[in-house]
Amino acid sequence: MSANETITLLFVFVLAGFLGLELIRKVPKLLHTPLMALTNALSAISLVGSLVILGENQTTYSTILGFVAVVASTINVVGGFLITDKMLRMFRRAPARPTPAPSEEAKP
Amino acid sequence: MRQHFVELAYLVSVIGFALSLKWMTAVTTARRSVLAGEIAFAIAIIATLVNPAITGTGWFLIVIALAVGTLIGIPLGLRVPMTAMPERIALSHAFGALAAGLVGIAHYYLTYHSTTKFDTAVLGFEIVLGCLVFTGSLMASGKLHEMLPQRPIVFPGQNYFNFAVLGVALAIIIVLVFSPSTTWLVPILIALGLVFGVLLIIPIGGADMPTVIALLNSYAGLSAAALGFVLDNKLLIVAGALDGASGLILAIIMCRAMNRSFRNVLFGAFGQIEESVAESGGEHGNVRSASPDEAAEIMKMARSVVIVPGYGMAVAQAQHKVRELADALEKEGVDVRYAIHPVAGRMPGHMNVLLAEANVPYDKLLDMDEINPEFPQVDVVLVLGANDVVNPAARHSKGSPIYGMPILNVDQAQTVMVVKRSMRAGFAGIENELFFNPKTLMIFGDAKQVVGELAIEVSGQRDAISH
Repeated sequence: MSANETITLLFVFVLAGFLGLELIRKVPKLLHTPLMALTNALSAISLVGSLVILGENQTTYSTILGFVAVVASTINVVGGFLITDKMLRMFRRAPARPTPAPSEEAKP
Repeated sequence: MRQHFVELAYLVSVIGFALSLKWMTAVTTARRSVLAGEIAFAIAIIATLVNPAITGTGWFLIVIALAVGTLIGIPLGLRVPMTAMPERIALSHAFGALAAGLVGIAHYYLTYHSTTKFDTAVLGFEIVLGCLVFTGSLMASGKLHEMLPQRPIVFPGQNYFNFAVLGVALAIIIVLVFSPSTTWLVPILIALGLVFGVLLIIPIGGADMPTVIALLNSYAGLSAAALGFVLDNKLLIVAGALDGASGLILAIIMCRAMNRSFRNVLFGAFGQIEESVAESGGEHGNVRSASPDEAAEIMKMARSVVIVPGYGMAVAQAQHKVRELADALEKEGVDVRYAIHPVAGRMPGHMNVLLAEANVPYDKLLDMDEINPEFPQVDVVLVLGANDVVNPAARHSKGSPIYGMPILNVDQAQTVMVVKRSMRAGFAGIENELFFNPKTLMIFGDAKQVVGELAIEVSGQRDAISH
C-alpha cells in the first residue's frame, strides 16, 4: 500500500469516527443496549474480509482460519440483527389516554 | 472495472450503516435502523462475492460456513432471555474479535513476504487487539454468567505485570516490522494477546461491568477498522470506526456515572475502589422495617410512586412482578414512574430492556437527570435491588469511595422503601446511610417475592380470597 492510499484511509477513519461520535451522542440512554447489539452486528463486517480469505482458498492454513472467521462473524451478523430487532419490538409507548397530570384534589 | 463496482457497492453499504445509527437516535425510528443495517450488509456481502479469485472449493466452503453461522446465530438471537443479555452481548464481542483476529493472522501468513512496514505494524496491532478482545470478552461473559467468580482477582504488581506483557507484545511487533519473515514470533504474539485479554478482565468486579462491556465493544470495532487498513477496505474502516466510537461514548457515559476517570478505566485499574473501602460512617440510627402489607397501604395512599430498579431486580427476575405492582397502583390512581441510573445493572441500558420486556411503556422510564429535580414532589420511592446509586454519602461524605458519583436523590422524597435481602453493604462495601434515614422503611426479603406480595396487597386480591 502506498503512503497516499494510507493517508486516504486515515481520512476515512477519522471522519467516520467523528460521524460515529456525533450520531451516538444523540442515542437516548433508553436504547443503549439495543445500540450495543446493533453496533456489534455492524462490526461483524469483518465477514467481508474473511469471505475473501476463505474463498480464495490459497493455503490449507488460511482456509481453515477463514472458515472459522466466516462462521464466527456470520453468527454475529445473524444473531446481532435478530436480537436488536427483538429488543426494539419490546419498546412500546403507554397507551394514549388523558395525561394523568398528578391532580391534587383526588387524594388526601 | 470490477473493483470500481465493488467500491461503489461498499459506498452504498456505508450510507446504510450511517443511516442505521442515525435512526437509532429515536425510539420511533429505531426498528428502521435494523432494516438499514441488514440491507447494507446484504449489499456488502454480494459485492464481495463477485470476485473471480474465489475458487470452486472456495464457493463450497463459503456456503457451508455461512449456513453453519446462520444456524448457530438464529437461536443465539431469538432464544436469549433479556436477563441474559449482558453475557450474550459480551459473547458476541468475542465472536467478532475472533473473526477479525483470525483474518489478520491468515493475512499475515499470506502476505508477509511482500508487505510494507506500515502494514505489518497495523497487522501486528490488529492481531493483538483481536486476541485480547476475544479472551477478554469470553472472561466478561463467563463472569456475567457466573461461570467464573464475579469478585475481582488482584495480585501484587498486577499493573506492572500487565504492562510487561503488553511491552513484550510491542517489542515483537517492532521485530516483525523490520524482519517480517520471523514468522515463528507470530504465535507468541497471539498468545500474548490472548493472555492480556484474561489479565485485563480478572481484576474487574461485577459493578464495573457496564464500562468494560462498552470498552470491549469499542475495541472490537477498532480491530475491525485495523483490519480495514490492512486489507485496504474502506467499508471495514467505516464500520469499525462507527463501532469504536459507539463503544467509546458508552464507556465515557458509564465512567461519568460512576465518577471514574477515563484513564483509570483504560489502563485496567479497576477494582481499586474495593481495596480502599475500610471506613464506614460511625453513627447509625435505627433501621425501621415494614411488612409488605404496611408498605402497600402507604403506596395506595400516595399520589406518585417512583420505582428505582437495580441489579438486584435483574438477579431476582422481578421485572414482571414490578409491572404487576405498577398496574395495581395505577388502578388505584397512583402515578408510577421508574428512575434509571446510568450504571444500574451490568451493561448500558440494562434496566430499560428488562422493563421493556415486562411491557413497561418506555415513556415511564426516566433518566437520572430527568427525575432528580422531581424527587421532592414524589410521595413514595421504592428502591429495588439498587444500593450505591442511591447512597447520599456520594453527595457529602468526602472520605467515601463513592464520593462525587452522581446518584438518584431518592432521600428527597417523602417516604423511601428499600427492598433488600439483608443489611449487607453494596458492591463498594460501604454502609448506605439511606437505610438509617428516618424516612426510610426497609422491607426485607427477595425482590421478586416482596414485589409480588406488594402487588397482591395493593390490588386487594388477598382480601377477596380470605373473605
